[in-house]
Amino acid sequence: MSEPLIALRGLTVDFGGAPALRGIDLAVAPGEALGLVGESGCGKSVTWLAALGLLPGRARIAGSVRLGGEELLGAPPALLDRVRGGRVAMIFQDPASSLNPVHRIGRQVAEALGLHRGLRGAAARAEARRLLDQVGIPDAGRRLDAYPHELSGGQSQRVMIAMALAGRPELLVADEPTTALDVTIQAQILDLLGALRRETGMALVLISHDLGVVSETCERVAVMYAGRIVEEAPVDRLFARPTHPYTQGLLGALPPLDGPRRPLAAIPGGVPEPNAMPPGCAFAPRCPHAAAACAAGVPAPVPIEPGHAAACLRAARELVPA
Amino acid sequence: MLRFFGFRLLRAAITIVMVVSFAFVVLRLSGDPAQIIMGADAPPEAIAAFRRAWGLEEPLWLQYFHYFGAILSGDLGRSMRDGRDAIALVVERIPATLALTVPALLIKLGLGIPAGITAALHRNSFIDRAVMMLAVAGFTVPSFVLGLLLVLVFAVQLGWLPSGGQESWRHAILPIVTMGVGGAAVLARFTRSAMLEVLGQPYIRTASAKGVPWRAVVWGHALPNAAIPTVTIIGFMVGSLIAGAVVVESVFSWPGVGRLLVVAVANRDLAVVQCILLLVAATMVTANLVVDLLYGALDPRLRQRTA
Repeated sequence: MSEPLIALRGLTVDFGGAPALRGIDLAVAPGEALGLVGESGCGKSVTWLAALGLLPGRARIAGSVRLGGEELLGAPPALLDRVRGGRVAMIFQDPASSLNPVHRIGRQVAEALGLHRGLRGAAARAEARRLLDQVGIPDAGRRLDAYPHELSGGQSQRVMIAMALAGRPELLVADEPTTALDVTIQAQILDLLGALRRETGMALVLISHDLGVVSETCERVAVMYAGRIVEEAPVDRLFARPTHPYTQGLLGALPPLDGPRRPLAAIPGGVPEPNAMPPGCAFAPRCPHAAAACAAGVPAPVPIEPGHAAACLRAARELVPA
Repeated sequence: MLRFFGFRLLRAAITIVMVVSFAFVVLRLSGDPAQIIMGADAPPEAIAAFRRAWGLEEPLWLQYFHYFGAILSGDLGRSMRDGRDAIALVVERIPATLALTVPALLIKLGLGIPAGITAALHRNSFIDRAVMMLAVAGFTVPSFVLGLLLVLVFAVQLGWLPSGGQESWRHAILPIVTMGVGGAAVLARFTRSAMLEVLGQPYIRTASAKGVPWRAVVWGHALPNAAIPTVTIIGFMVGSLIAGAVVVESVFSWPGVGRLLVVAVANRDLAVVQCILLLVAATMVTANLVVDLLYGALDPRLRQRTA
């Protein structure tokens, strides 16, 4: 990868003794679309909330988050306020409750315009209107004066996206942006995100529990399990040759589009509790290939080919043919 | 909007009628005013004459009917004790009561709201614990205990302030503080929980995520939302401006409406008691009406539903 836009190194988060992230290394290149998948509670959202300093005060965060030349972890609030919504914007899972119910839409978009582009008054209103247009809100001029409760979920998410675009970000982190929406709206929002990325050249991190959503929108995927990244690969490669047993399990649970019908394979067992992590590989207790060595130490990511790595002892063994 | 207002007004009127009727019945069931006012050893003829003069001979339903007729024509009756208009007796006491309750309300607002906000913003810190400890103490100690405690310390021990009476502004300090502290404690707890609830909402995270400085998140995004539940409590406080000082006025011998009520109840001075209760109900109901209107101003969701 060329010089990354943002690089997370050894990021750990701990909520009073319960580790939520156990060492995340992840980089996003300018303009790329990265998918972050995993089941709920694996730390996908926490990773980016921590990177942007949006976690509550009781979270203990360590490691490094570098955006360009600047370290964000422990950065002064003024720097973080400039970065958030400016260079890195974020949208969330539940768009209806992510907008402030007592302020008009126009004011909420204009607030970001004022903070990051110095636009005020009529100029801010005109630009807010253009942004609402850009994200596909019909009758944008009138919608500026609407309150959030007057919008549908899909429209709310479009407003959130317009607000995110207000600061002309280099990276948009979309945290499960379509999970709360129904399927047809989901597709529209994903199309919109893709189109905006092409228009603006911004990078996109799409956080999702849905591999299908990620495969349509992203070029590269990182799979998370229990606070760690277990596999990272270009989308096609991941689908063609999943290496980590957890990734294989996730793909096995997807219905195939062609070929004969087969029963969907669920991964047995459940995710370990954060304060009761097994020693060594966290997936070992559910893994069909687990061996004694898996409990001995946490497996490091093994490069399988350029851009593809998996944190699994089996992957390491396969590379060294007996 | 007109329908909303009309509906609230009707509800207010029904509330007042119910309060007045309830008071009417309870007062008449709880003792014979003729006996109490004339004294236990008054001659029977005198008592009978008294009862005739005040219409206490009539059956209860007829008294009730006459009473409401009089109210509707603006006549709230006369004091059975000195024959003066009940309304005049009550109205002349109002300034004294407001002289206590209005400054006390300012203390409640000025102390309680900032304390609650500060505690919420520093949740689980030393400040939060200190504020909440004071607040729990402030609202669990009954006002007559707190009042006596203050008298003990500042009047008896230190001799800084008078213990009762209404001669100067210095006499007002202890009763005002007594009322203000209790109310501030209640308001601090309410404000804190309202703020905590709001600070946990996704839209607060959104504001931070778009780069709004924390101060502006608190003032521009959290407070306008937290104001909605807090206004309810403030409404109650405003509604009790006239009636809320019964205990404190008694402790500090302050000649306000509250003291008049206590004396009038003890004497079964029916017209005066009913006049005060009507006034209290009217202020409470008015305060609630204003709160309802404020909700609409503060919360666009309610505005639309009720409009």
